[in-house]
Amino acid sequence: MSLLEVHDIHTYYGKIHALKGLSIRVEVGQIVTLIGGNGAGKTTTLNTICGITPAAQGRVVFDGQDITRLPAHEIVRRGIIHAPEGRKIFSRLTVRENLEMGAFARNDTDKIARDMDYVYERFPRLKERITQLGGTLSGGEQQMLAIGRAMMASPKVLLLDEPSMGLAPKLVEEIFNVIDYLNRENGTTILLVEQNATKALSIAAQGYVLQTGLITHSGTGEALQHDPAVIEAYLGGH
Amino acid sequence: MVQTTSRSSFLRLGKDPIQTFLYLAGGALLLYVLVVALGNVAAGRYGLRDFLQGIVLGLAQGSIYALIALGYTLVYGVLRMINFAHSEVFMAGAYIGFFAINAFSQTPESGGPSFLEQNTVLALLLTIIVGMTASSIIAVLLERIAYRPLRRAPRLVSLITAIGVSITLQQLFLRLFGGGTRSYPVVNLCFEPLQVPDQVDRVCGTAMNLLQGRYRLPIGEQEIIVRPLYFIVFAIALVLMTTMWFIVQRTKVGKAMRAVAEDKNTASLMGINVDRIIVVTFLLGATLAGAAAVMFAVYNPQVTPFMGFFPGVKAFTAAVLGGIGNIPGAMAGGLLLGIIESAAPGMLGIPSQLEDVVAFSVLVLIMIFRPSGIFGEALTKSRA
Repeated sequence: MSLLEVHDIHTYYGKIHALKGLSIRVEVGQIVTLIGGNGAGKTTTLNTICGITPAAQGRVVFDGQDITRLPAHEIVRRGIIHAPEGRKIFSRLTVRENLEMGAFARNDTDKIARDMDYVYERFPRLKERITQLGGTLSGGEQQMLAIGRAMMASPKVLLLDEPSMGLAPKLVEEIFNVIDYLNRENGTTILLVEQNATKALSIAAQGYVLQTGLITHSGTGEALQHDPAVIEAYLGGH
Repeated sequence: MVQTTSRSSFLRLGKDPIQTFLYLAGGALLLYVLVVALGNVAAGRYGLRDFLQGIVLGLAQGSIYALIALGYTLVYGVLRMINFAHSEVFMAGAYIGFFAINAFSQTPESGGPSFLEQNTVLALLLTIIVGMTASSIIAVLLERIAYRPLRRAPRLVSLITAIGVSITLQQLFLRLFGGGTRSYPVVNLCFEPLQVPDQVDRVCGTAMNLLQGRYRLPIGEQEIIVRPLYFIVFAIALVLMTTMWFIVQRTKVGKAMRAVAEDKNTASLMGINVDRIIVVTFLLGATLAGAAAVMFAVYNPQVTPFMGFFPGVKAFTAAVLGGIGNIPGAMAGGLLLGIIESAAPGMLGIPSQLEDVVAFSVLVLIMIFRPSGIFGEALTKSRA
């Protein structure tokens, strides 16, 4: 049994049929990536899993339990943490308060303090800006804060939506290192949505290719990187 | 993106004839006020004494406005909605508080002093707590029954609902308790340690009567009339506002409130139960309104089902004056409005009954010149 299973979900935005029977599986400890063009339904898939736009049909099963209809804040309590697209830092909360909000659902004060130290250790830039408002951070710092905030939730599964978007190449490298590290050292299972398909597939155990609300290809990260159709459409074709 | 509405109004000046007219009319009014006020000051019709008197009066009234204004601003902060039924939440506090204080003021069958006379401070505190509780219950029910089902509806819908709820609550209290005015009992509280030998109080003698006493306070050659009650109201309001500020800034639930105010979806991704935080917001605002209501009724003793209207609209003005959604703004706006209202009529040489006109002129002027209020942050297009 997989840690996270998405069975044949259909999700609508008003009348727009965004997901048309999509299924994916995420095994414990894996990095799984969703790639695809704009409007393919990658973000919608994450929003459906985390309960922001619940599925109209189909099921989301986490750890053997059906979570399809649970409200978002309950899903968080089960350990599925979503770092949404566009970072969504609380701009009028300080860096520290943003991190505290990440740990909102937890009560283990000691462990929270340790996790916060760990985030600061990992992202020293955040430590320098501890009392600054989130809105005053640069894009890269905001992304670090978004990931740090997600780490504060002590996730079992981390849903990351476009963590490298709009960042300088050096920062992209740093963010991918952190993702890899979280997975390798902490054993955090990660579902990654990325525009940067090459990079995403290079660290992913498993990949899915989405097109207009459906999975068109799937396979190991390795296999997809060498799949001619995928290369043609998403990896810039060589 | 970050463009203030006031700024954009300036840019529109000259292009939009209505805007230009409003600017000119507002400017003319301000100029008139300034000229008349300065004229009165120059002619010696309005001096420092009058100003201090205005401030002393205004601080107490302003504290009440500030406490109510916080309720408008807190709810606006998280829901982007003006809870026009907040004035009835206030009324409910004063009204139910009346039943408590009225019960405390009954003389026991065995004769002797009533609980209110015997244990004045405790009885008043209990009345305030009853008022706070009543307001909170009304506000929580209101949110649950009237507003929550409309959470995803256009904002105009909840605004109209708020007005509907407001009328419903007035009528409900009218039918339940009748239309006759009820008056809070006159309470005296003699404070022995403070002796005012030259100004003897009817009840307390030379001791200071904290609630009913009026004392002449010399200011240089002249004197102003001071009620200790004003300072008590101001002090209690300060304590309540500080507590509220602490809750919002330092506690987990307060931080969650600020997170919800900024972005509900992302807040729910933190594991925050947004509905629960919204209830807490209504609860906090209502608690302050309930306390304000009982204090208001101690010096404006008549309670009616319609008593919420004026303090409510004034407090709304105060919230807009400070910048709706801004907590320090509501506090400052309330105090400022209280002072303007009590100082301006004298300064302009108009009857003090026109204080309501003054208050609403302030509202109109803010709307023209600075819709985002004194402390209001730039209203970005996405938030406006």
